[in-house]
Amino acid sequence: MPEKTYLQAISDGLRQEMRRDERVFVLGEDVGVYGGAFKVTVGLLEEFGPWRVIDAPLSEIAIVGGATGSALMGLRPIAELQFSDFVSCAWDQLVTVAAKQHFRAGTPVPMVLRLPSGGGFSGGPFHSQSPESAFTHVPGLKVVCPATPHDAKGLLATAVDDPNPVLYFEHKHLYRRIKGEVPDERYTIPFGKARIERAGDDITLVTWGAMVYTAAEAADELQAGGVSVEIIDLRTLQPWDKQAVLESVAKTSKLLILHEDTRTSGFGAEIAAQVVEEAFEQLDAPIRRVAAPDTPIPFSPQLEKAYIPQVEDVASALRELAAY
Amino acid sequence: MTELDFMTSPQSGELGRFLQQMLLIRYFEQQVEERYRDAEIPGFVHVAIGQEAVAVGACAALAPGDVITSTHRSHAHALAKGTPARAVMAELYGKVEGCSRGRGGSMHLYDVERGNLGSSAVVGGALGIATGAALSFSLRSEPRVALAFFGDGATASGLFHESMNLAQLWKLPVVFLCENNRWAESTPLAQHSPITDLTQRAQAFGMTALEVDGQDVEAVYRATAEALAHARSAAGPVFLLAETYRLAPHNVGDQQEYRDKEEYELTRATQDPIAKLRERLALSDERFDELEREAEAAVADAVDFARHGTDPDPQTLLEDVYA
Repeated sequence: MPEKTYLQAISDGLRQEMRRDERVFVLGEDVGVYGGAFKVTVGLLEEFGPWRVIDAPLSEIAIVGGATGSALMGLRPIAELQFSDFVSCAWDQLVTVAAKQHFRAGTPVPMVLRLPSGGGFSGGPFHSQSPESAFTHVPGLKVVCPATPHDAKGLLATAVDDPNPVLYFEHKHLYRRIKGEVPDERYTIPFGKARIERAGDDITLVTWGAMVYTAAEAADELQAGGVSVEIIDLRTLQPWDKQAVLESVAKTSKLLILHEDTRTSGFGAEIAAQVVEEAFEQLDAPIRRVAAPDTPIPFSPQLEKAYIPQVEDVASALRELAAY
Repeated sequence: MTELDFMTSPQSGELGRFLQQMLLIRYFEQQVEERYRDAEIPGFVHVAIGQEAVAVGACAALAPGDVITSTHRSHAHALAKGTPARAVMAELYGKVEGCSRGRGGSMHLYDVERGNLGSSAVVGGALGIATGAALSFSLRSEPRVALAFFGDGATASGLFHESMNLAQLWKLPVVFLCENNRWAESTPLAQHSPITDLTQRAQAFGMTALEVDGQDVEAVYRATAEALAHARSAAGPVFLLAETYRLAPHNVGDQQEYRDKEEYELTRATQDPIAKLRERLALSDERFDELEREAEAAVADAVDFARHGTDPDPQTLLEDVYA
């Protein structure tokens, strides 16, 4: 099986969807000749032409509104926002219009928003956020956060098939850093089905996106000390695989939740609440969260490192849980 | 008469039909005001009294397959686009038989089958949808047009400018129909817009602009037909400015303290589109009374239908959140 970067997997997935289904088109700022801010759409303009690879002005509201309208009429738009941070400009069209369309009118909105997210390269406060948790709070939207090249391609195909607005958060720090095996043929990965990154018996660690790799390094450290950590990569947050988490907690009795988004009202809070509601008696220790502090993400590399959860932060929390 | 004049002139019988539709809307809106004051209709409602000619003239010019988007002041658009009065009234009553199954109410009227992609309760909020629908027509080379209704207040919103820019840039088949009723809720045009001639908004994008007397239903019909023909020919979108009057408060319950009473009464006396059409058609009192009674009866039937509608089952609350 060919090995591909996370970025290449998304790019290949886009091309495959566009070849397969004429209704699929991409639009966004600089997605044409330039190939997108991160070069994910390189080559698409040459293959599919300017009517299926549409360079839009700096108009996030109209891009998302336009995607919604064309999805209503039966097309399958994939809109790229250059940075997930910019989705705030389009909040009204996404949250007020698209998310509530099916509930109000009974008409599906099969659109995908590609949202490059996450920090780790000093992008500063407006280019490094991980806003996925905010959208899990909006009924009608689906939220996808692939961590591996394999998942990136498979979840993109599922997103295109889905009749709802799907927010596809692609982590920028994984684009060229992470490689993995990706099948050439088309495949889908169901939403709401977690991936066990590694099996373990002592502590359950639930995470997604780039934090999967931080979690793995921390688990390696614990393994050296004889503590076995089970890492669950949720893959999608809305819907999320509660069953997988409950089954793991039934086995380990201890739960750590890790995310790059800020702590208060982050999706970790929801996971913790539901585990407490449904598995309180299975727990042998308080649930722990490792997350970014409640502050905007800073620019300076030293500050950013202090902001994004690091391997040592996770290992330390795991050790405390193990000792509890 | 030019060829275009010929194509876009309504037959004389059609003007009679326009009058019937306008009367239906007028009586519908008056009933809505009364039923709302009697606390039968929940929420808030905005009636389009005074703006009937815009809705009727514009929708009559649409071809099958064309779509509209609407605003918070949406009853007239829905009725003119062909949604039965019963379904609209039932929606206002929050009943399952309503055109949005009781989930939207007055400001969220849908009838996708009849080409009404829905109203947005955010001012200017549907302009992106119309632009996107037009994008799909353009991408599929379908000879269809999306017509977006919005008011003067919406021309200050970001989405208005982004949608106008995109539509003109990509030559999309959209008609941006601005109903300038001179009031953004309680704020007069002069206080919310630095320009009084709103067609200048279109000039900024190099977009074709047309202006029409929104109280003259035939003129609205003809101007809309011209705008639609332009958009359908792939020549690009059109900004169609209908100068109209809000002969009612912003919403039912609004006391209009901000509005000069004399001006209001004078406008009501001189700018009623129904009175204008009646005069134009030189109808006898007898014939006009007959048409009024027909409209009254249709609205009474709609109210009766809505009152006897089905309340949504709370068990269905979680249904249809996702497709």
